[in-house]
Amino acid sequence: MLEVKNLEVAYGALTALHGVSLTIQPGEMVALVGPNGAGKSTLLKTIAGLLVPRAGAILWEGKRLSAVPPQRIVERGVALVPEGRRLFARMTVRENLELGAFTRRAQTERRAQIERVHAIFPRLFEREGQLAGSLSGGEQQMLALGRALMGLPRLLLLDEPSLGLAPRIVESIFSVLAELHREGMSLFVVEQNVHAVLHLARRAYILEGGRIVGEGEGQKLLQDDHVRAAYLGPLARGATS
Amino acid sequence: MILTQQLILGVLVGALYGLAAAGLSLTFGVLRVLNVAHGELLMLGGYGTFWLFTLWQIDPFLSLLYVAPAMFVLGLLLYGALFQFVVQANEEVRIKNSLLIGFGLTLILHTLAIHFWTADERAVTTSYGGAVVRIGVFAVPLIRLASLVFAFAILTALHLFLAKTRWGRAIRATAEDWEAAALMGIPVGKTYLVAFALGTVLAGISPSIGLEWTLKALIVVVLAGLGSLFGSFAGGILLGLAEATSVAFLGGPYREVMGLILFLIILVLRPQGLFGERG
Repeated sequence: MLEVKNLEVAYGALTALHGVSLTIQPGEMVALVGPNGAGKSTLLKTIAGLLVPRAGAILWEGKRLSAVPPQRIVERGVALVPEGRRLFARMTVRENLELGAFTRRAQTERRAQIERVHAIFPRLFEREGQLAGSLSGGEQQMLALGRALMGLPRLLLLDEPSLGLAPRIVESIFSVLAELHREGMSLFVVEQNVHAVLHLARRAYILEGGRIVGEGEGQKLLQDDHVRAAYLGPLARGATS
Repeated sequence: MILTQQLILGVLVGALYGLAAAGLSLTFGVLRVLNVAHGELLMLGGYGTFWLFTLWQIDPFLSLLYVAPAMFVLGLLLYGALFQFVVQANEEVRIKNSLLIGFGLTLILHTLAIHFWTADERAVTTSYGGAVVRIGVFAVPLIRLASLVFAFAILTALHLFLAKTRWGRAIRATAEDWEAAALMGIPVGKTYLVAFALGTVLAGISPSIGLEWTLKALIVVVLAGLGSLFGSFAGGILLGLAEATSVAFLGGPYREVMGLILFLIILVLRPQGLFGERG
């Protein structure tokens, strides 16, 4: 279980998160929505260890994660698929996947895990020898996700997995996330595509201005007036779901 | 005829420029710090070779078996004592601070060398020092030819290390995006340390002593662009050829000028370098 307690994160004098608290139960899929600049990416980066919180705590499976360096956090089963995918563009698809299994824990299962990723995304097998930078946007997102899976995470953090992708590809990425969830993985998803992610996730948090301002079941939030007005836009108001 | 002879020598000297530049390119590519003391590290390696030969008659090529590990350890120490504090800063501050540290280190090493070993140029004279290989009508100094083969072999070995091994890949991944590398579980601090130490080894085993070598290495790095070891090698040979041509047509004094002119032309026409992949 992941527990975030009163987390405060600042960039110099600028405070990005003002005491954020949330929990993710084992096997749960939780969404995080909010406007640009609300601190969503900051929260994920802090959980993954790229940022060090000013106050508060992050507990994972009962032990502190805050102020643990990122490479130790991956080793403990928490992986982040960062915003913008951040692939190693000048390395091949295969090399990217193998780097995903850099930790000692993942090294031993590398071969079996590559086969598993290839089974999920046959495209990555076809393009094995190509440079990651030459892939299409959708393929890059598949690779970013596959690379994170190589590290054998129990909790997967995803920052805007649908950003800039065609609807058909978004659908297939989301169906993979649903499949991982069914297999028992915990997922914490930041998404602009609020409609899709609230359908998929059982529970969601709303982050605005560095504070959690709402929490609830995904389906209920879809009916919530504030959520509909702020995130689903006028077009969604009349739509039924 | 004389021109061809000059060009052959140009290629041979250029290969050494390439080797010197490869170390600089590796540290800059991975750590994003510019170690201007690179030429002084070359000098230290050169002195190591010189004293091993003078005191114990150890062959200069064989002495690399001692010099290379010693330089590796020196690299670890320099990183631990100085450069590890620089890489924690953001990219712009990194470069500025690394320049300051590098210049300071240059002054210290330079002064120490003069104090202990005087400012005289030293050279190793081996039994095969004067040997010449004849290729057709052209005479090629054996040592220079051996150095070319040696430089190529070292760069090939380094290339294989970076391309094929787990740690080599970790170094390349860190060079591309250190945050993403950390997310993979790569201990970025350790890859910085190893890359810096390898860069120091590359400096130390370049068979030459000379204070203008940092400049040459910098010119080659600009010529070749960052990120390609064999690009550095080719860039080095290009600089060697350009210098040789200027010697043949304009005379010896223009040799150094030629490199700088080439430097300017490339900066204007292709700032990312001939083989570089980013600006």
